[in-house]
Amino acid sequence: MFRFIVRRLLQMVVAFFGTTLIVYALMFAGQGDPIQALAGERPVTAAQRAYLTEKYHLDATGVGGFFYRYFDYISNLLRGNLGESLTGRSIGDILAGAWPVTIKLALIAIAVAVIFGVTAGVLAGIRRASIFDNATLLLTLLVLGIPTIVLAPLAQYFLGVKWQLFPPTSGANPDFYALLLPGIVLGSLSLATALRLTRTSVAENLRADYVRTARSKGLPRRRVVSVHVLRNSLIPVITFLGVEVGNLMSGAIITEGVFNIPGVGFNLFRGIRTEDGPLVVGIVSVLVVVYLISNLVVDILYAVLDPRIRYE
Amino acid sequence: MRVRRLAAWTALPLAVTLGLVACGSGGDGGSGESDPNAAVRIEIAEPQHLVPTNTTETSGSQVLSALFSPLVDYDEANKPYEVAAESITSQDNTTWTIKLKDGYTFHNGEQVTAENYIDSWNYGAYAPNGQNSSYFFEKIAGYDAMQGESPSAKTLSGLKKVDDLTFTVTLSEPYSEFKSMLGYTAFYPLPKAAFSAPGVLAEGYEQAPIGQGPFKMKGTWQHDAKVEVEKYDAFPGEQPKVAGVEFRIYQQLTAAYADVLSDNLDVIKTIPTENLSTAGTDLGDRFQQSPASTLQVLAFPTFQKEFSNPDVRKAISMAIDRDEITRSIFKDSQQPARSFVSPVVAGYRENTIGAAGEFDPAKAKALYQAAGGPSKITLSYNGDGGHKDWIDATCNQLKANLGVDCVGNAEPKFADLLTKVKAKQPVGLFRMGWVMDYPSMENYLGPLYSTNGSSNYYGYSNPEFDKLLAEGASAPSEDAAIKKYQAAEDLLAEDLPVIPLRYGQNNFGHSTKVKNVEVDLFDRVNLLKIEAVK
Repeated sequence: MFRFIVRRLLQMVVAFFGTTLIVYALMFAGQGDPIQALAGERPVTAAQRAYLTEKYHLDATGVGGFFYRYFDYISNLLRGNLGESLTGRSIGDILAGAWPVTIKLALIAIAVAVIFGVTAGVLAGIRRASIFDNATLLLTLLVLGIPTIVLAPLAQYFLGVKWQLFPPTSGANPDFYALLLPGIVLGSLSLATALRLTRTSVAENLRADYVRTARSKGLPRRRVVSVHVLRNSLIPVITFLGVEVGNLMSGAIITEGVFNIPGVGFNLFRGIRTEDGPLVVGIVSVLVVVYLISNLVVDILYAVLDPRIRYE
Repeated sequence: MRVRRLAAWTALPLAVTLGLVACGSGGDGGSGESDPNAAVRIEIAEPQHLVPTNTTETSGSQVLSALFSPLVDYDEANKPYEVAAESITSQDNTTWTIKLKDGYTFHNGEQVTAENYIDSWNYGAYAPNGQNSSYFFEKIAGYDAMQGESPSAKTLSGLKKVDDLTFTVTLSEPYSEFKSMLGYTAFYPLPKAAFSAPGVLAEGYEQAPIGQGPFKMKGTWQHDAKVEVEKYDAFPGEQPKVAGVEFRIYQQLTAAYADVLSDNLDVIKTIPTENLSTAGTDLGDRFQQSPASTLQVLAFPTFQKEFSNPDVRKAISMAIDRDEITRSIFKDSQQPARSFVSPVVAGYRENTIGAAGEFDPAKAKALYQAAGGPSKITLSYNGDGGHKDWIDATCNQLKANLGVDCVGNAEPKFADLLTKVKAKQPVGLFRMGWVMDYPSMENYLGPLYSTNGSSNYYGYSNPEFDKLLAEGASAPSEDAAIKKYQAAEDLLAEDLPVIPLRYGQNNFGHSTKVKNVEVDLFDRVNLLKIEAVK
């Protein structure tokens, strides 16, 4: 197990540098004129242009310029300095402000997915073809069919503005209650998928030999379901949720925008819109780390759930 | 068993929210009486900077308008009048004497003196400081010596202190509307405390700017969240009617709009496009409009042979039904334009382009064919600004009315479009927008149409026009200057290097908790007028 973790950590280092290189290259290639993008449709004075060009080495172009800027960036990164955004703010500070709220939001979303998705999935799996099963099928199909870009404003309008059950936006430093609605919206898609996965997995495992054995031993039904079936059914769900953690953090662009939550997605969106290369690369680098770690945790959880899985 | 537990979970949040709604509804139903002890909440985007000489976008300038008091403001006729200045006078339009009102103090207690203005303007003009508003100082003598990578001068030679409350500004050439410029953000003074050494801005000043205006900072700038200001009691000028302002930062206007609908936010300065059609019913008379300085035009590359004949340009203008497009596509959120300057500046006249602005398909087609206009027209625009709809509509009108082939060509960003236009690539007609820097006719004419104008992308050059602009700049009075500028505008109407299409409008809305909301010509909420409702 220990060797496995060390090996994976080493792979992570390679993966990290590979992805930052690719992201940096993409931002570099796609960059039009970030100075003009910053100024909008105003003309930019020569003095201002010269100042920004020198500060961010924007005159280093071509392959040589690319590697010069990339290594400059990486060497600063290794010293813990993520650089400055084009408006002169420290990217480290931006991220330090953005991460806590995004993590809170993702946790609520995951909690919603686990509590409601897994529970309802188990129920639907046990009572296959019941009214409950069919009703959840219909509901989840509906949720899976509506993209967040529609769902989030709808939820905001009806639950926030019209019936005033929730605050319509969360703002900065939101409390748990203010984050609840965006959390539910964000989690609803994972909820639907988790529900479908759990249901299928439970329904399949209920027919497995070990369940028949357990029943014939005279074990109570509750114990059979909650210990034997559930544990074996969770492997696909855990895989899904592990990947979803990363998705939820980066994919909250729409939700964070609609509910005005200044988190990672909010800043990523701004960075892309204003062609702020340093900001985008900084955020994506951290997201890469989140993905890599959540994948490692998933792999370790496999072994916990299923003792037959061993890592060397 | 399990089902019941599930039901219990859902019942709990419902109970909690019902309780909260009950609390929330208690605050509604204002009596309409003003509450001087309340703070109001205004929507902004994250400002790029909060240093006067570095702020060019409206969010930053909205915050600074609370913290600073300008030298001049603008009256009903958009003419400047003194605010923090006692008088601004000049004999020859070249040397201007600015006398400050006594009694103004910065929020840290410092007296406001002439030196504060001089230091601040020097800082803004010095190129290595990379200030965004630096070009506002280019008319002042000595500006050129402060440009480049290692400038020879660190101060503007045109700024001279006379006494504590008086200084003179010498311009490099006469400019009759200099006073109008002084209302802009770039001309605010900075306190001594803003500098850590002469000419070096103190680190962290931007996080809690100290000004001499009606409000002072409450805490620091909370990035991506809010900027809070409270009333500054020692302010000698016109007193605000609220105790403070919270500028709340939004990335998406739709979120701010939802907050205004539910009284969670007091003022939204721009109603998002997707909500414009319902804003009237959502907000009733709390949905308001005021003229803005924006002017949208379609520009001709006049250096291209196909478009060098003014008759071709006039024919295209006559084939476009502006009123229809503003009504059906913009839902009256903008106004049709038939002049080269916006209604927010002194000297504006309606319909200066005359017959070229009248929609007349038959005449247009006859004129177009007689002048030998091209059989294919391209309209180029930037694809990221929501321009596709009106460009397509315009194209359809040209197709139907002139019998030509017309296509819209989207460039990814405005910068891409400009690059192509500057390189004189054949992009066809292209869209341009103009937002004024300061309310003056000159600002709509000089940069855009004079031969060496900074934003003259159409290759338009008319010596007569240039001459009239120069005469306007050195005219003995503002009214005389306006006469010259109007004559220059008439020349433009004959040549029509661009087709004026629409004026912008501020489409703003407010909650039930405030009244007297006004949005000025710089797209800022007037913080001295707004009142909170009890």
